[in-house]
Amino acid sequence: MIAEIGLACLWMAGALALLQLVTGALALTSKGVGLAGIVRPVAVAQGLLCGLAFVCLIALFLRTDLSVKLIATNSHSLKPFIYKLAGTWGNHEGSMLLWVTVMALAGAFIALVERRLRNDTMLATLAGQAFVSIGFYAFLLLSSNPFERLAVPPPEGNGLNPLLQDIGLAFHPPTLYLGYVGLSIAFSFAIGALVTSDVGPAFARAMRPWVLGAWLFLTIGITAGSYWAYYELGWGGWWFWDPVENASLMPWLAATALIHSSSVLATRNALRAWTVMLAVVAFSMSMIGTFLVRSGILTSVHAFAVDPERGSFILALLAIYIGGALVLFAIRARTITEGARFALTSRESALVVNNVMLSAILGIVLLGTLYPLLTEAFGEKVSVGPPYFDPVGAIFFIPMLLVMAVGPLLHWRNDRLGRITGKIAIPALLIGAVLLGLALFAPSLFTPSFKLLPFIGMGLAVGLAVASVMPLIGRNLRRTPLPTWGMVVAHLGIAVSLFGVATDSAFATEKLVASRIGESHTVGPWSITLKNVEPVAGPNWTSLEATMAASYDGGTATTIHPQARNYTSPPTVTSESALLTRWNGQLYAVLGEEADDGRWQLRLWWKPFVPMIWYGGLLIGLGGLLSLIGRVARDMKRSRAEEKIADRRERQGR
Amino acid sequence: MNTSKLLKAKHQRLILLVIALVVLTGAGLLAAWALRSQASYFYVPSDIQADPPEIGVAVRLGGIVEKGSLQTAPDGVTIDFVVEDGKARTPVRFSGITPALFVEGSGVVAEGRLADGGVFIADNLLAKHDEKYVPREMADMTKARDAMAQTQ
Repeated sequence: MIAEIGLACLWMAGALALLQLVTGALALTSKGVGLAGIVRPVAVAQGLLCGLAFVCLIALFLRTDLSVKLIATNSHSLKPFIYKLAGTWGNHEGSMLLWVTVMALAGAFIALVERRLRNDTMLATLAGQAFVSIGFYAFLLLSSNPFERLAVPPPEGNGLNPLLQDIGLAFHPPTLYLGYVGLSIAFSFAIGALVTSDVGPAFARAMRPWVLGAWLFLTIGITAGSYWAYYELGWGGWWFWDPVENASLMPWLAATALIHSSSVLATRNALRAWTVMLAVVAFSMSMIGTFLVRSGILTSVHAFAVDPERGSFILALLAIYIGGALVLFAIRARTITEGARFALTSRESALVVNNVMLSAILGIVLLGTLYPLLTEAFGEKVSVGPPYFDPVGAIFFIPMLLVMAVGPLLHWRNDRLGRITGKIAIPALLIGAVLLGLALFAPSLFTPSFKLLPFIGMGLAVGLAVASVMPLIGRNLRRTPLPTWGMVVAHLGIAVSLFGVATDSAFATEKLVASRIGESHTVGPWSITLKNVEPVAGPNWTSLEATMAASYDGGTATTIHPQARNYTSPPTVTSESALLTRWNGQLYAVLGEEADDGRWQLRLWWKPFVPMIWYGGLLIGLGGLLSLIGRVARDMKRSRAEEKIADRRERQGR
Repeated sequence: MNTSKLLKAKHQRLILLVIALVVLTGAGLLAAWALRSQASYFYVPSDIQADPPEIGVAVRLGGIVEKGSLQTAPDGVTIDFVVEDGKARTPVRFSGITPALFVEGSGVVAEGRLADGGVFIADNLLAKHDEKYVPREMADMTKARDAMAQTQ
């Protein structure tokens, strides 16, 4: 019964989305003005119905209703509660339903609260939003119905891929989805503004919280995904330039650019066409990401099902949305009037550099990700990895970081570099000092080959950390607006992450040994003794667990337990690495197989400052959160004040 | 305020457009050039026999791990094995912890480079995670194995 209710809700929500598109579009014409009043309520109803459908699916998963095909193939009655819940979106159909639900709820929310935009722009925005969701409703209802029943329910479900049975990963996909969907709202705003040629500060202010929110979730999702890959795969790496990772990085890059350009548009009414274009690009990247991950064109743990039909469906949606938006842009770009002017030395110029560099990096990642697919079409199989992405990306990343250090210190519109020389000099000198120090005291950087990028990275990270807090100097910290704090914290986060990345690639040490029980090994400053290896059992797995004593620099030993786990349904082996975190780095231990002579394979790493990569990611997210709170609070204050003014005018009978 | 420093209204949009186009085109050209030189190509043993890649250039090698070829070196962590595709054989050396589903007679994709003497030095081995998640090149490999089984 629950499944049928869910399906009915989904159909009705789809129908309402169609109604929302038609009425929204008609209301823009002179004859259909009377319809304008129903667009907002329809959007709200659509959101509620879609939300209800998703709640139905969650209920089915929690009850493990095996008569529903999706649950029989993806769940198992013995799974812990949290993974039953997470199983709702840990599969293709459920994750697409989550996508549509978040989009519909976001649409309902803007229909309820957004009052700043001109009425016609708002109608066009809601129509655009319905246009995007219709495609996804069609996709769900026609080719990926999550509520499909089985004629004969199986006695037990198939289970969830054990690699995905991890608390961090349970919430990684929905986080990224919130990011993707937030960008779809920004896209709708851009469409609305293009249709009515109403591209100005009000558009940027209405769109900005959604971009900030999307960006915040993408940041957290990418950080969590990277940490998961780091400790769950047991390879000691934290970013592999895997196409699926790139699929989440590309929307992030576009959203980062969009945040900065919409702040120019909101504050200075410049970069109008560019901002609209970026909003289209950012959503395109979300769609491309979804296509790459969901179509099965790539193989990874993210590709739930290899199904060409679904791939073609998403590709068709991608073509319609992006093609349509670009055509609209081409027609309307001329009507977007020239924005405000600014000088070469100004905050705006710095942000233009930021935008152009981010776009270039985005292009490089996109080309590197699509290139293997292109060559395969011509019968040549290739893979593209760090030797491409690292140096080519750095060519644009390094100048961007330099401008990032200077830009926040500049005034809007027109400034002189001479005014801020004093403030730039400190970080610049620091960069020089760090590089000199490394050249003199870190010979390992230069043998066997010169590690150029980590070398530059460490210098830049220290300089950038100092430069990022410079905008606070000479300010009353209590009266500094939250968005400024957000910027400072996010920029500091970039510096912290960069420091972690650079020190890890420069100074990580690795040891691979076959060890007897009782034998000791050194890796970096650590001494590690293998005490024993014993079998242990968990709720749905059995495992070999090593006990090791690890002591840092001759200090007291800490016990760690890396495992090699065997899951039963479906049968899979995963390695659970053991991590020991200190303030200055992390020890990383993996247990391998037993050799014929009773020795155990061990892989040990000492990774200096590696956790800073993720601390930095969290700081970046925190910065986004501070900005978001600051912006929303300011918007609410302003709209309350405007209401009061309108109220007073009414009472005075004006 | 000295407004002469502001970019001329008529030209500002044009200047910005040109800068963006130049940088993005530059990035595109750079990417195209780097992709041609840095992408690592996929080989099967018969490709290596026919037209070997340059020594030391990163490539990937796929095939079936030959039955009875797997040997562990005295250090306990280095293994030697032979990858075959039914037509040719390539010896492979790998130091590290092998993936769980790496067994003789099963498919493997090795990332690494060809060294002097025709030995392929693997930095990383990709084997099947489980039935559902198979490296893309390996889907073909199962077919190769079936074909081999039938001819024998």
